[in-house]
Amino acid sequence: MAEVMFFIAAIVALAGAGGTVVLRNPFYSVLALVSHLLGLAALFLLLRAEFVAAAQVIVYAGAVMVLYVFVVAYVGGQDRPLSPRHGPGMRAIALLFSGALLVEIFIAVIGSGLSVLDTEGTGFFATFGSPGEIGKLFLTKFLLAFELASLLLLVAAVGAVILARRRSGLDDPRELSVADLLRSPESGTIADAERGSLQEAAGPPGR
Amino acid sequence: MSITWYLCVSAIVFSTGVGGVLTRKNPLVVLLSLELMLNAGNLALVAFSRAHGNLEGQVFALIVMVVAACEVAVGLGLIVALYRRRLPIDVDKLRELQG
Repeated sequence: MAEVMFFIAAIVALAGAGGTVVLRNPFYSVLALVSHLLGLAALFLLLRAEFVAAAQVIVYAGAVMVLYVFVVAYVGGQDRPLSPRHGPGMRAIALLFSGALLVEIFIAVIGSGLSVLDTEGTGFFATFGSPGEIGKLFLTKFLLAFELASLLLLVAAVGAVILARRRSGLDDPRELSVADLLRSPESGTIADAERGSLQEAAGPPGR
Repeated sequence: MSITWYLCVSAIVFSTGVGGVLTRKNPLVVLLSLELMLNAGNLALVAFSRAHGNLEGQVFALIVMVVAACEVAVGLGLIVALYRRRLPIDVDKLRELQG
């Protein structure tokens, strides 16, 4: 049964990966990637990684792919065919390179001689892959990585907002900035008056 | 199923992603191919975690997912910024850093 499930999930994942690369319309590429992620989540379940599979479906196939779909719908999918500006030679070299990489990884995996790779895995305990065990590891052994991940998410969110904001919106007088909110209305007038009086006290600029 | 099968699937998905990054010109599809490569790495990490019977590979896979989400947010922000400035959405025509 596990073998049948493995082959179904692997075929779905590989077909999704191929479709992501081959399909011309970016919208269909996103949909193919969603099917790839679902197949990969099934593979994670077969590897007893329940929490990773759930996070894969919810975070990846849910949130991140919705972001992709919105951006594809906003930018508009240009489904024009590949323009051979560099000719078919560069493309053949690229495909040759990825094929050579595939052969190299196969040689490394199959020829590694690690005896653990021929088994179904060792040391499987009852709560393997449960959210409790992973949370325990995150809060004890990998606490620094956990905090750094949260910091990275904050930086990426701020960076994405700054990158994607409207450029012309900065000159819009109806738009409020943070400095406007921090400045109270009466302090502005007092500061102007004081600046004026100081300039008068200093006299005309002689230098 | 032995762990080798999972690693072979991971290798094929990774090579597919490399081919996509190298051949496609739409930056959206390049980002999708990067996702493929990261997911292939995730599959290998989870497979090794299962092989050795400890959960650290799964923790690593979750961190990789966080980094991939950040990369997607910044990359899609860049594409939206390109579109707003009427620049071509084509990685071959975007050769200059000068705005």
